[in-house]
Amino acid sequence: MSQTFAQKALAKKVGRKEVTPGEILTLSPDRVLSHDNSADISEKFSSLGAEKVWDREKIVIVLDHCVPAADSRYATNHTIIRDFVKSQGITNFYDINWGICHQVFSEEGFALPGSLILGADSHTTTYGAFGAFSAGIGRSEMAGIWATGQIWLRVPESIRINIEGSFPPGVYSKDVILYIIGDLRADGALYQSVEFAGEAVRKMGISERMVLCNMAAEMGAKNGVVESDDKTENWLKGKAKGGYEPIYADPDARYARVLSYNISDLNPQVACPHTVDNVRSVEEVEGKSLNQVLIGTCTNGRIDDLQIATRILRGKRVADETRLLVFPASWKIYKEALKRGVIEVLVESGALIMNPGCGPCLGAHEGALAPGEVCLSTANRNFRGRMGCKEAEVYLASPATAAASAVEGRITDPRRFRPQNLTEKSN
Amino acid sequence: MKKIIRGKVFKYGDDVNTDVIFPGKYTYTVKDPKEMAKYALENLDPDFAQKVERGDVIVAGKNFGCGSSREQAATCLVSAGVGAIVAISFSRIFYRNTINQGLPAIVLPELVRVVQGGEKIEIDLDAHRITLRDSNFDFPPFPQFVMGILRDGGLLPHIRRRYV
Ligand code: SF4
Repeated sequence: MSQTFAQKALAKKVGRKEVTPGEILTLSPDRVLSHDNSADISEKFSSLGAEKVWDREKIVIVLDHCVPAADSRYATNHTIIRDFVKSQGITNFYDINWGICHQVFSEEGFALPGSLILGADSHTTTYGAFGAFSAGIGRSEMAGIWATGQIWLRVPESIRINIEGSFPPGVYSKDVILYIIGDLRADGALYQSVEFAGEAVRKMGISERMVLCNMAAEMGAKNGVVESDDKTENWLKGKAKGGYEPIYADPDARYARVLSYNISDLNPQVACPHTVDNVRSVEEVEGKSLNQVLIGTCTNGRIDDLQIATRILRGKRVADETRLLVFPASWKIYKEALKRGVIEVLVESGALIMNPGCGPCLGAHEGALAPGEVCLSTANRNFRGRMGCKEAEVYLASPATAAASAVEGRITDPRRFRPQNLTEKSN
Repeated sequence: MKKIIRGKVFKYGDDVNTDVIFPGKYTYTVKDPKEMAKYALENLDPDFAQKVERGDVIVAGKNFGCGSSREQAATCLVSAGVGAIVAISFSRIFYRNTINQGLPAIVLPELVRVVQGGEKIEIDLDAHRITLRDSNFDFPPFPQFVMGILRDGGLLPHIRRRYV
Protein backbone atom coordinates (compact mmCIF):
# COMPACT_ATOMS: atom_id res chain seq x y z
CA MET A 1 0.00 0.00 0.00
CA SER A 2 1.27 3.47 -0.82
CA GLN A 3 1.70 5.65 2.19
CA THR A 4 1.91 9.28 3.22
CA PHE A 5 4.81 10.77 5.12
CA ALA A 6 2.91 10.50 8.42
CA GLN A 7 2.05 6.85 7.86
CA LYS A 8 5.64 5.95 7.04
CA ALA A 9 7.14 7.97 9.88
CA LEU A 10 4.85 6.39 12.47
CA ALA A 11 5.04 2.88 11.00
CA LYS A 12 8.80 3.04 11.30
CA LYS A 13 8.50 3.83 15.00
CA VAL A 14 6.45 0.74 15.69
CA GLY A 15 8.57 -1.47 13.45
CA ARG A 16 5.86 -2.06 10.89
CA LYS A 17 5.73 -1.67 7.12
CA GLU A 18 2.47 0.18 7.13
CA VAL A 19 -0.14 1.75 9.35
CA THR A 20 -3.61 3.09 8.56
CA PRO A 21 -5.05 6.54 9.37
CA GLY A 22 -7.23 6.31 12.47
CA GLU A 23 -5.14 3.59 14.10
CA ILE A 24 -3.93 4.32 17.62
CA LEU A 25 -0.29 3.42 18.22
CA THR A 26 1.81 3.33 21.34
CA LEU A 27 5.31 4.49 20.56
CA SER A 28 8.46 6.09 21.86
CA PRO A 29 9.69 9.46 20.50
CA ASP A 30 13.28 10.13 19.40
CA ARG A 31 13.45 13.46 21.22
CA VAL A 32 11.14 15.44 23.44
CA LEU A 33 11.14 19.16 24.08
CA SER A 34 9.79 21.29 26.89
CA HIS A 35 10.45 24.83 28.11
CA ASP A 36 9.48 26.86 31.17
CA ASN A 37 6.63 24.40 31.61
CA SER A 38 9.25 21.81 32.61
CA ALA A 39 8.77 22.85 36.25
CA ASP A 40 5.16 21.73 36.20
CA ILE A 41 6.04 18.66 34.15
CA SER A 42 8.72 17.70 36.68
CA GLU A 43 6.15 17.95 39.48
CA LYS A 44 3.73 15.76 37.54
CA PHE A 45 6.60 13.37 36.84
CA SER A 46 7.38 13.11 40.55
CA SER A 47 3.72 12.60 41.38
CA LEU A 48 3.88 9.42 39.30
CA GLY A 49 6.32 7.97 41.79
CA ALA A 50 8.96 7.79 39.07
CA GLU A 51 12.52 8.49 40.14
CA LYS A 52 14.68 8.56 37.04
CA VAL A 53 13.67 9.82 33.61
CA TRP A 54 13.45 7.16 30.92
CA ASP A 55 16.30 8.54 28.84
CA ARG A 56 18.16 11.66 29.90
CA GLU A 57 19.73 12.13 26.45
CA LYS A 58 16.41 12.34 24.68
CA ILE A 59 15.02 15.13 26.79
CA VAL A 60 15.73 18.67 25.63
CA ILE A 61 14.79 21.59 27.86
CA VAL A 62 15.09 25.24 26.83
CA LEU A 63 14.15 28.19 29.04
CA ASP A 64 12.57 30.86 26.85
CA HIS A 65 9.01 31.81 27.74
CA CYS A 66 9.82 34.30 30.45
CA VAL A 67 13.53 35.04 30.38
CA PRO A 68 15.06 36.58 32.35
CA ALA A 69 12.41 35.99 35.01
CA ALA A 70 9.83 38.78 35.27
CA ASP A 71 9.30 38.30 39.00
CA SER A 72 10.13 35.90 41.80
CA ARG A 73 7.41 33.42 40.83
CA TYR A 74 8.94 32.97 37.39
CA ALA A 75 12.40 32.87 38.96
CA THR A 76 11.29 30.08 41.30
CA ASN A 77 9.91 28.23 38.32
CA HIS A 78 13.32 28.38 36.65
CA THR A 79 15.02 27.23 39.85
CA ILE A 80 12.81 24.15 40.04
CA ILE A 81 13.82 23.28 36.48
CA ARG A 82 17.55 23.79 37.06
CA ASP A 83 17.41 21.57 40.15
CA PHE A 84 15.51 18.88 38.30
CA VAL A 85 17.93 18.97 35.37
CA LYS A 86 20.86 18.58 37.74
CA SER A 87 19.34 15.79 39.77
CA GLN A 88 18.38 13.85 36.63
CA GLY A 89 21.65 14.47 34.81
CA ILE A 90 19.85 15.94 31.79
CA THR A 91 22.62 17.20 29.51
CA ASN A 92 20.57 18.89 26.79
CA PHE A 93 19.56 21.81 28.95
CA TYR A 94 19.63 25.38 27.62
CA ASP A 95 19.29 28.07 30.24
CA ILE A 96 17.97 31.59 29.71
CA ASN A 97 20.90 32.65 27.53
CA TRP A 98 20.13 30.58 24.43
CA GLY A 99 16.88 31.69 22.83
CA ILE A 100 13.45 30.41 21.81
CA CYS A 101 13.06 26.65 22.23
CA HIS A 102 12.16 25.90 18.60
CA GLN A 103 15.09 27.89 17.29
CA VAL A 104 17.58 26.44 19.76
CA PHE A 105 16.32 22.89 19.22
CA SER A 106 16.87 23.35 15.47
CA GLU A 107 20.22 25.13 15.70
CA GLU A 108 21.57 22.49 18.04
CA GLY A 109 20.80 19.82 15.47
CA PHE A 110 18.04 17.91 17.28
CA ALA A 111 15.52 18.36 14.45
CA LEU A 112 16.43 15.52 12.13
CA PRO A 113 14.77 14.16 8.98
CA GLY A 114 12.62 11.10 9.61
CA SER A 115 12.70 11.43 13.39
CA LEU A 116 9.72 11.57 15.74
CA ILE A 117 9.77 14.67 17.92
CA LEU A 118 7.17 15.57 20.51
CA GLY A 119 7.12 18.82 22.41
CA ALA A 120 5.03 20.28 25.20
CA ASP A 121 4.40 23.28 22.98
CA SER A 122 1.92 23.70 20.17
CA HIS A 123 4.51 25.03 17.71
CA THR A 124 6.58 21.86 17.90
CA THR A 125 5.26 21.42 14.35
CA THR A 126 8.22 23.65 13.33
CA TYR A 127 10.64 20.72 12.90
CA GLY A 128 8.67 19.45 9.96
CA ALA A 129 10.85 21.95 8.09
CA PHE A 130 13.64 19.39 8.49
CA GLY A 131 11.54 16.44 7.39
CA ALA A 132 10.76 15.32 10.93
CA PHE A 133 7.38 14.17 12.21
CA SER A 134 6.89 16.61 15.05
CA ALA A 135 3.80 17.40 17.05
CA GLY A 136 2.73 19.19 20.21
CA ILE A 137 1.43 17.42 23.30
CA GLY A 138 0.29 18.42 26.80
CA ARG A 139 2.16 18.53 30.09
CA SER A 140 0.75 15.36 31.67
CA GLU A 141 1.62 13.43 28.54
CA MET A 142 5.15 14.78 28.67
CA ALA A 143 5.43 13.70 32.30
CA GLY A 144 4.20 10.28 31.17
CA ILE A 145 6.90 10.12 28.48
CA TRP A 146 9.61 11.21 30.90
CA ALA A 147 8.53 8.34 33.17
CA THR A 148 7.72 5.57 30.71
CA GLY A 149 9.20 6.65 27.37
CA GLN A 150 5.83 6.00 25.76
CA ILE A 151 2.78 7.78 24.42
CA TRP A 152 -0.27 7.04 22.32
CA LEU A 153 -0.71 8.72 18.94
CA ARG A 154 -3.41 8.40 16.36
CA VAL A 155 -2.21 7.97 12.78
CA PRO A 156 -3.49 11.12 11.04
CA GLU A 157 -5.01 11.53 7.62
CA SER A 158 -2.88 13.77 5.42
CA ILE A 159 -3.38 16.86 3.28
CA ARG A 160 -0.95 17.68 0.49
CA ILE A 161 -0.51 21.38 -0.23
CA ASN A 162 1.34 22.16 -3.44
CA ILE A 163 2.70 25.68 -3.58
CA GLU A 164 3.71 26.71 -7.08
CA GLY A 165 4.95 29.85 -8.77
CA SER A 166 7.57 32.33 -7.67
CA PHE A 167 7.57 34.98 -4.98
CA PRO A 168 6.64 38.49 -6.12
CA PRO A 169 8.73 41.28 -4.52
CA GLY A 170 7.69 42.05 -0.95
CA VAL A 171 5.96 38.68 -0.50
CA TYR A 172 7.41 36.02 1.78
CA SER A 173 6.63 32.60 3.16
CA LYS A 174 4.76 34.27 6.04
CA ASP A 175 2.36 35.81 3.52
CA VAL A 176 1.90 32.43 1.84
CA ILE A 177 1.04 30.59 5.04
CA LEU A 178 -1.26 33.39 6.26
CA TYR A 179 -3.07 33.24 2.94
CA ILE A 180 -3.46 29.45 3.19
CA ILE A 181 -4.72 29.65 6.78
CA GLY A 182 -7.19 32.33 5.76
CA ASP A 183 -8.39 30.03 3.01
CA LEU A 184 -8.54 26.78 5.00
CA ARG A 185 -9.51 28.44 8.31
CA ALA A 186 -8.35 27.63 11.83
CA ASP A 187 -9.74 24.10 11.71
CA GLY A 188 -8.95 23.43 8.06
CA ALA A 189 -6.40 20.72 8.83
CA LEU A 190 -7.74 19.52 12.18
CA TYR A 191 -5.98 16.33 13.37
CA GLN A 192 -4.29 16.06 9.99
CA SER A 193 -0.73 15.88 8.76
CA VAL A 194 0.07 18.62 6.24
CA GLU A 195 2.69 17.96 3.57
CA PHE A 196 3.96 21.17 1.97
CA ALA A 197 5.30 20.51 -1.51
CA GLY A 198 5.74 22.17 -4.89
CA GLU A 199 8.21 24.33 -6.70
CA ALA A 200 7.97 27.34 -4.38
CA VAL A 201 8.62 25.19 -1.30
CA ARG A 202 11.66 23.59 -2.91
CA LYS A 203 13.03 27.07 -3.58
CA MET A 204 12.53 28.16 0.02
CA GLY A 205 15.41 28.13 2.45
CA ILE A 206 15.18 26.30 5.78
CA SER A 207 14.14 29.43 7.65
CA GLU A 208 11.19 29.99 5.31
CA ARG A 209 10.14 26.35 5.54
CA MET A 210 10.18 26.75 9.31
CA VAL A 211 7.60 29.52 8.95
CA LEU A 212 5.25 27.19 7.04
CA CYS A 213 5.55 24.30 9.48
CA ASN A 214 5.45 26.54 12.55
CA MET A 215 2.12 27.98 11.45
CA ALA A 216 0.63 24.67 10.33
CA ALA A 217 -0.46 24.53 13.98
CA GLU A 218 -2.76 27.51 13.28
CA MET A 219 -4.90 25.50 10.88
CA GLY A 220 -5.26 22.74 13.44
CA ALA A 221 -2.69 20.39 11.93
CA LYS A 222 -1.08 17.67 13.99
CA ASN A 223 2.16 18.24 12.10
CA GLY A 224 3.42 20.02 9.02
CA VAL A 225 6.26 18.72 6.94
CA VAL A 226 8.53 19.61 4.04
CA GLU A 227 10.50 16.75 2.49
CA SER A 228 14.17 17.00 3.29
CA ASP A 229 16.55 17.72 0.40
CA ASP A 230 20.10 18.94 -0.15
CA LYS A 231 19.25 22.25 1.54
CA THR A 232 18.34 20.29 4.66
CA GLU A 233 21.54 18.26 4.36
CA ASN A 234 23.65 21.38 4.05
CA TRP A 235 21.94 23.04 6.95
CA LEU A 236 22.49 20.04 9.19
CA LYS A 237 26.16 19.60 8.31
CA GLY A 238 28.21 19.94 11.47
CA LYS A 239 25.02 20.41 13.51
CA ALA A 240 23.13 17.10 13.39
CA LYS A 241 23.06 15.31 16.74
CA GLY A 242 23.42 11.75 15.51
CA GLY A 243 22.51 9.97 12.31
CA TYR A 244 19.19 10.13 10.53
CA GLU A 245 17.22 8.53 7.77
CA PRO A 246 14.93 10.73 5.66
CA ILE A 247 11.37 9.58 4.96
CA TYR A 248 9.44 10.48 1.81
CA ALA A 249 5.78 10.05 1.02
CA ASP A 250 5.04 7.57 -1.75
CA PRO A 251 4.17 9.37 -5.00
CA ASP A 252 0.76 7.70 -5.12
CA ALA A 253 -0.06 8.02 -1.42
CA ARG A 254 -3.70 8.68 -0.51
CA TYR A 255 -4.58 12.12 0.77
CA ALA A 256 -7.75 13.42 2.39
CA ARG A 257 -7.27 16.50 0.20
CA VAL A 258 -4.76 17.77 -2.32
CA LEU A 259 -4.63 21.54 -2.69
CA SER A 260 -2.70 23.81 -4.99
CA TYR A 261 -1.79 27.44 -4.63
CA ASN A 262 0.04 29.64 -7.08
CA ILE A 263 1.79 32.49 -5.33
CA SER A 264 2.96 34.48 -8.34
CA ASP A 265 0.20 37.08 -7.86
CA LEU A 266 0.03 37.00 -4.08
CA ASN A 267 -0.05 40.27 -2.13
CA PRO A 268 1.38 40.75 1.35
CA GLN A 269 -1.12 39.36 3.87
CA VAL A 270 -2.23 40.47 7.33
CA ALA A 271 -4.11 38.43 9.96
CA CYS A 272 -6.54 40.75 11.75
CA PRO A 273 -7.80 40.55 15.34
CA HIS A 274 -8.67 38.22 16.98
CA THR A 275 -8.10 35.05 14.99
CA VAL A 276 -5.24 33.89 12.82
CA ASP A 277 -7.62 32.92 10.01
CA ASN A 278 -9.05 36.45 9.76
CA VAL A 279 -6.69 37.21 6.90
CA ARG A 280 -6.79 40.21 4.52
CA SER A 281 -4.62 41.56 1.79
CA VAL A 282 -2.45 44.37 3.17
CA GLU A 283 -4.23 47.01 1.04
CA GLU A 284 -7.46 46.34 2.88
CA VAL A 285 -6.02 47.23 6.28
CA GLU A 286 -3.43 49.86 5.34
CA GLY A 287 -3.56 52.96 7.49
CA LYS A 288 -4.46 51.33 10.79
CA SER A 289 -2.46 53.20 13.47
CA LEU A 290 0.00 51.16 15.51
CA ASN A 291 1.30 51.66 19.04
CA GLN A 292 3.76 48.81 18.82
CA VAL A 293 5.49 46.64 16.24
CA LEU A 294 7.13 43.37 17.21
CA ILE A 295 9.72 41.62 15.07
CA GLY A 296 10.76 38.28 16.46
CA THR A 297 9.28 35.01 17.85
CA CYS A 298 9.80 31.43 16.69
CA THR A 299 7.94 32.29 13.49
CA ASN A 300 9.98 35.23 12.19
CA GLY A 301 12.93 36.13 14.39
CA ARG A 302 15.73 34.66 12.30
CA ILE A 303 18.63 36.36 10.58
CA ASP A 304 16.89 36.55 7.20
CA ASP A 305 13.88 38.16 8.88
CA LEU A 306 16.03 40.77 10.60
CA GLN A 307 17.85 41.47 7.34
CA ILE A 308 14.61 41.98 5.47
CA ALA A 309 13.62 44.48 8.14
CA THR A 310 16.90 46.36 7.88
CA ARG A 311 16.53 46.75 4.13
CA ILE A 312 13.46 48.83 4.85
CA LEU A 313 14.67 50.52 8.04
CA ARG A 314 18.15 51.56 6.88
CA GLY A 315 18.48 55.32 7.10
CA LYS A 316 14.89 55.69 8.32
CA ARG A 317 13.31 56.32 11.71
CA VAL A 318 10.57 54.42 13.48
CA ALA A 319 7.50 56.72 13.71
CA ASP A 320 7.35 58.85 16.87
CA GLU A 321 4.11 57.39 18.17
CA THR A 322 5.19 53.80 17.60
CA ARG A 323 7.51 51.45 19.50
CA LEU A 324 9.50 48.87 17.56
CA LEU A 325 10.66 45.87 19.58
CA VAL A 326 13.06 43.38 18.02
CA PHE A 327 13.69 39.96 19.59
CA PRO A 328 16.25 37.87 17.73
CA ALA A 329 15.07 34.25 18.07
CA SER A 330 18.37 33.05 19.56
CA TRP A 331 21.72 34.30 20.76
CA LYS A 332 23.37 32.74 17.73
CA ILE A 333 21.15 34.90 15.56
CA TYR A 334 21.85 37.93 17.74
CA LYS A 335 25.60 37.41 17.29
CA GLU A 336 25.22 36.92 13.56
CA ALA A 337 23.14 40.09 13.38
CA LEU A 338 25.87 42.00 15.21
CA LYS A 339 28.47 40.68 12.81
CA ARG A 340 26.44 41.65 9.76
CA GLY A 341 25.71 45.14 11.02
CA VAL A 342 22.00 44.41 11.30
CA ILE A 343 21.76 45.42 14.94
CA GLU A 344 23.36 48.77 14.24
CA VAL A 345 20.84 49.63 11.52
CA LEU A 346 17.98 48.63 13.79
CA VAL A 347 19.26 50.64 16.74
CA GLU A 348 19.87 53.68 14.52
CA SER A 349 16.27 53.48 13.35
CA GLY A 350 15.04 53.68 16.92
CA ALA A 351 14.23 50.01 17.49
CA LEU A 352 14.61 48.47 20.93
CA ILE A 353 16.76 45.35 20.72
CA MET A 354 15.58 42.87 23.33
CA ASN A 355 17.15 39.66 24.58
CA PRO A 356 16.35 36.47 22.65
CA GLY A 357 13.29 34.67 23.99
CA CYS A 358 9.55 34.62 23.51
CA GLY A 359 9.25 38.19 24.76
CA PRO A 360 5.71 39.58 24.64
CA CYS A 361 4.46 36.86 22.27
CA LEU A 362 2.37 35.14 24.94
CA GLY A 363 1.75 38.16 27.13
CA ALA A 364 3.64 36.92 30.17
CA HIS A 365 6.41 39.40 30.03
CA GLU A 366 8.08 42.56 28.76
CA GLY A 367 6.47 44.50 25.95
CA ALA A 368 2.87 43.86 27.00
CA LEU A 369 0.06 46.02 25.58
CA ALA A 370 -2.31 48.45 27.30
CA PRO A 371 -6.09 48.50 26.78
CA GLY A 372 -6.96 50.03 23.42
CA GLU A 373 -3.46 49.61 22.01
CA VAL A 374 -2.76 48.08 18.62
CA CYS A 375 0.26 45.95 17.77
CA LEU A 376 1.50 44.45 14.54
CA SER A 377 3.60 41.38 15.19
CA THR A 378 5.52 38.81 13.18
CA ALA A 379 4.30 36.08 15.59
CA ASN A 380 1.92 33.25 14.84
CA ARG A 381 -1.04 34.05 17.09
CA ASN A 382 -3.30 37.05 17.70
CA PHE A 383 -6.01 35.72 19.99
CA ARG A 384 -7.75 38.11 22.33
CA GLY A 385 -5.52 38.63 25.35
CA ARG A 386 -2.55 36.99 23.67
CA MET A 387 -0.17 39.85 24.33
CA GLY A 388 -1.28 40.31 27.91
CA CYS A 389 -4.34 42.49 27.45
CA LYS A 390 -7.75 41.46 26.21
CA GLU A 391 -8.69 45.00 25.21
CA ALA A 392 -5.70 45.25 22.87
CA GLU A 393 -5.56 44.28 19.18
CA VAL A 394 -2.87 42.20 17.52
CA TYR A 395 -2.27 42.00 13.75
CA LEU A 396 0.12 39.45 12.24
CA ALA A 397 2.33 39.94 9.18
CA SER A 398 5.76 39.39 7.66
CA PRO A 399 8.93 41.14 8.88
CA ALA A 400 8.84 43.34 5.75
CA THR A 401 5.30 44.51 6.46
CA ALA A 402 6.26 44.97 10.12
CA ALA A 403 9.29 47.12 9.28
CA ALA A 404 7.41 49.25 6.74
CA SER A 405 4.58 49.71 9.24
CA ALA A 406 7.00 50.72 12.01
CA VAL A 407 8.39 53.52 9.82
CA GLU A 408 4.93 54.84 8.97
CA GLY A 409 3.38 54.20 12.40
CA ARG A 410 0.48 52.48 10.68
CA ILE A 411 -0.08 49.29 8.72
CA THR A 412 1.79 49.79 5.45
CA ASP A 413 2.34 47.78 2.29
CA PRO A 414 6.07 46.97 2.25
CA ARG A 415 6.05 47.33 -1.53
CA ARG A 416 5.90 51.10 -1.00
CA PHE A 417 9.52 50.78 0.08
CA ARG A 418 12.24 49.33 -2.07
CA PRO A 419 10.75 46.00 -3.03
CA GLN A 420 13.06 43.09 -2.34
CA ASN A 421 12.88 39.72 -3.87
CA LEU A 422 13.16 36.63 -1.74
CA THR A 423 16.04 35.36 -3.84
CA GLU A 424 18.26 37.95 -2.16
CA LYS A 425 17.75 36.17 1.11
CA SER A 426 20.48 34.16 2.73
CA ASN A 427 19.79 31.39 5.17
CA MET B 1 -14.92 10.30 36.73
CA LYS B 2 -18.66 10.06 37.28
CA LYS B 3 -20.47 7.94 34.75
CA ILE B 4 -23.59 10.10 34.79
CA ILE B 5 -23.02 13.81 34.38
CA ARG B 6 -25.88 16.15 35.25
CA GLY B 7 -25.96 19.91 35.01
CA LYS B 8 -26.90 22.91 32.95
CA VAL B 9 -25.52 24.01 29.63
CA PHE B 10 -23.14 26.88 28.91
CA LYS B 11 -23.23 27.58 25.19
CA TYR B 12 -20.37 29.16 23.22
CA GLY B 13 -19.47 29.62 19.56
CA ASP B 14 -16.69 28.46 17.21
CA ASP B 15 -12.92 28.58 17.71
CA VAL B 16 -12.93 29.13 21.47
CA ASN B 17 -9.16 29.32 21.96
CA THR B 18 -6.95 28.55 24.92
CA ASP B 19 -6.01 32.20 25.43
CA VAL B 20 -9.62 32.99 26.29
CA ILE B 21 -10.05 29.80 28.33
CA PHE B 22 -6.92 30.27 30.40
CA PRO B 23 -4.86 33.41 29.56
CA GLY B 24 -1.12 32.98 28.89
CA LYS B 25 -0.21 35.47 31.59
CA TYR B 26 -1.22 32.93 34.25
CA THR B 27 0.38 29.85 32.75
CA TYR B 28 3.58 29.85 34.79
CA THR B 29 2.42 31.51 37.94
CA VAL B 30 -0.95 29.99 38.83
CA LYS B 31 -0.32 26.41 39.80
CA ASP B 32 -3.10 25.48 42.19
CA PRO B 33 -6.03 24.01 40.23
CA LYS B 34 -8.48 25.67 42.65
CA GLU B 35 -7.02 29.04 41.81
CA MET B 36 -7.00 28.13 38.09
CA ALA B 37 -10.77 27.68 38.31
CA LYS B 38 -11.15 31.38 39.11
CA TYR B 39 -9.73 32.33 35.71
CA ALA B 40 -11.64 29.77 33.65
CA LEU B 41 -12.94 31.41 30.45
CA GLU B 42 -11.90 34.78 31.81
CA ASN B 43 -11.46 36.37 28.38
CA LEU B 44 -14.67 34.97 26.92
CA ASP B 45 -17.25 34.93 29.71
CA PRO B 46 -15.95 36.79 32.77
CA ASP B 47 -18.87 35.58 34.94
CA PHE B 48 -18.38 31.93 34.10
CA ALA B 49 -16.31 31.07 37.18
CA GLN B 50 -19.03 32.54 39.43
CA LYS B 51 -21.95 30.86 37.68
CA VAL B 52 -20.65 27.38 36.95
CA GLU B 53 -21.69 24.48 39.17
CA ARG B 54 -20.35 20.98 39.46
CA GLY B 55 -21.62 18.83 36.59
CA ASP B 56 -22.35 21.69 34.21
CA VAL B 57 -21.60 21.07 30.56
CA ILE B 58 -20.01 23.36 27.97
CA VAL B 59 -21.54 23.09 24.50
CA ALA B 60 -19.63 24.84 21.73
CA GLY B 61 -19.07 25.08 17.98
CA LYS B 62 -16.13 23.93 15.97
CA ASN B 63 -12.43 23.79 16.89
CA PHE B 64 -12.95 24.18 20.64
CA GLY B 65 -9.64 24.67 22.49
CA CYS B 66 -7.56 25.80 19.53
CA GLY B 67 -4.25 27.53 20.14
CA SER B 68 -1.69 26.84 22.81
CA SER B 69 -0.90 23.39 24.17
CA ARG B 70 -1.43 24.64 27.72
CA GLU B 71 -3.03 21.86 29.69
CA GLN B 72 -4.40 24.31 32.24
CA ALA B 73 -7.11 25.17 29.72
CA ALA B 74 -8.51 21.72 30.51
CA THR B 75 -7.45 21.67 34.17
CA CYS B 76 -9.18 24.97 34.98
CA LEU B 77 -12.46 23.70 33.53
CA VAL B 78 -12.29 20.42 35.48
CA SER B 79 -11.44 22.33 38.60
CA ALA B 80 -14.32 24.77 38.02
CA GLY B 81 -16.65 21.76 38.01
CA VAL B 82 -17.29 21.28 34.29
CA GLY B 83 -18.49 17.70 33.80
CA ALA B 84 -18.05 17.40 30.04
CA ILE B 85 -17.66 19.41 26.86
CA VAL B 86 -19.72 18.77 23.75
CA ALA B 87 -18.63 20.44 20.51
CA ILE B 88 -18.79 20.19 16.73
CA SER B 89 -15.04 19.55 16.79
CA PHE B 90 -12.07 19.96 19.11
CA SER B 91 -8.55 21.19 18.55
CA ARG B 92 -6.20 18.24 18.67
CA ILE B 93 -3.93 19.01 21.63
CA PHE B 94 -6.81 20.34 23.70
CA TYR B 95 -8.72 17.13 23.01
CA ARG B 96 -5.79 15.10 24.28
CA ASN B 97 -5.50 17.36 27.31
CA THR B 98 -9.15 16.93 28.27
CA ILE B 99 -8.89 13.16 28.11
CA ASN B 100 -5.65 13.33 30.08
CA GLN B 101 -7.41 15.41 32.72
CA GLY B 102 -10.29 12.95 32.90
CA LEU B 103 -12.73 15.37 31.25
CA PRO B 104 -14.93 13.79 28.57
CA ALA B 105 -14.86 15.73 25.29
CA ILE B 106 -17.71 14.63 23.05
CA VAL B 107 -18.06 15.37 19.35
CA LEU B 108 -21.77 15.68 18.58
CA PRO B 109 -22.77 18.35 16.03
CA GLU B 110 -26.48 17.34 16.13
CA LEU B 111 -26.72 18.31 19.79
CA VAL B 112 -24.79 21.55 19.35
CA ARG B 113 -27.30 22.67 16.74
CA VAL B 114 -30.32 22.38 19.04
CA VAL B 115 -28.83 23.64 22.28
CA GLN B 116 -29.62 27.20 23.34
CA GLY B 117 -27.80 27.44 26.62
CA GLY B 118 -29.10 27.27 30.17
CA GLU B 119 -31.11 24.07 29.75
CA LYS B 120 -30.64 20.91 31.81
CA ILE B 121 -28.52 18.16 30.35
CA GLU B 122 -27.61 14.63 31.33
CA ILE B 123 -24.76 12.55 29.89
CA ASP B 124 -24.45 8.80 30.40
CA LEU B 125 -20.92 7.87 29.37
CA ASP B 126 -21.38 4.11 29.52
CA ALA B 127 -24.50 4.23 27.37
CA HIS B 128 -22.88 7.04 25.31
CA ARG B 129 -26.13 8.93 25.40
CA ILE B 130 -27.05 12.54 26.09
CA THR B 131 -30.50 13.58 27.27
CA LEU B 132 -31.68 17.12 26.62
CA ARG B 133 -35.28 18.29 27.03
CA ASP B 134 -36.55 14.67 26.83
CA SER B 135 -34.71 13.98 23.58
CA ASN B 136 -31.88 11.48 23.44
CA PHE B 137 -28.73 11.88 21.41
CA ASP B 138 -26.25 9.05 20.94
CA PHE B 139 -22.57 9.66 20.45
CA PRO B 140 -19.89 7.24 19.27
CA PRO B 141 -18.25 5.45 22.20
CA PHE B 142 -14.72 6.46 23.16
CA PRO B 143 -12.02 3.98 22.11
CA GLN B 144 -11.38 1.45 24.89
CA PHE B 145 -7.97 2.94 25.48
CA VAL B 146 -9.35 6.45 26.00
CA MET B 147 -12.18 5.16 28.20
CA GLY B 148 -9.51 3.54 30.38
CA ILE B 149 -7.83 6.91 30.92
CA LEU B 150 -11.16 8.63 31.61
CA ARG B 151 -12.19 5.94 34.07
CA ASP B 152 -8.97 6.34 36.00
CA GLY B 153 -9.60 10.08 36.23
CA GLY B 154 -6.89 11.15 33.79
CA LEU B 155 -3.55 10.13 32.37
CA LEU B 156 -1.42 10.56 35.48
CA PRO B 157 -3.60 8.38 37.72
CA HIS B 158 -3.85 5.97 34.79
CA ILE B 159 -0.07 5.67 34.49
CA ARG B 160 0.29 5.45 38.26
CA ARG B 161 -2.03 2.46 38.22
CA ARG B 162 -0.59 0.66 35.27
CA TYR B 163 2.95 1.48 34.40
CA VAL B 164 5.16 2.91 37.10
S1 SF4 C 1 7.80 32.71 20.47
FE1 SF4 C 1 5.62 32.69 20.94
S2 SF4 C 1 4.75 31.04 19.71
FE2 SF4 C 1 6.98 30.77 19.73
S3 SF4 C 1 7.39 29.33 21.42
FE3 SF4 C 1 7.56 31.42 22.24
S4 SF4 C 1 5.49 31.90 23.05
FE4 SF4 C 1 5.29 30.13 21.67
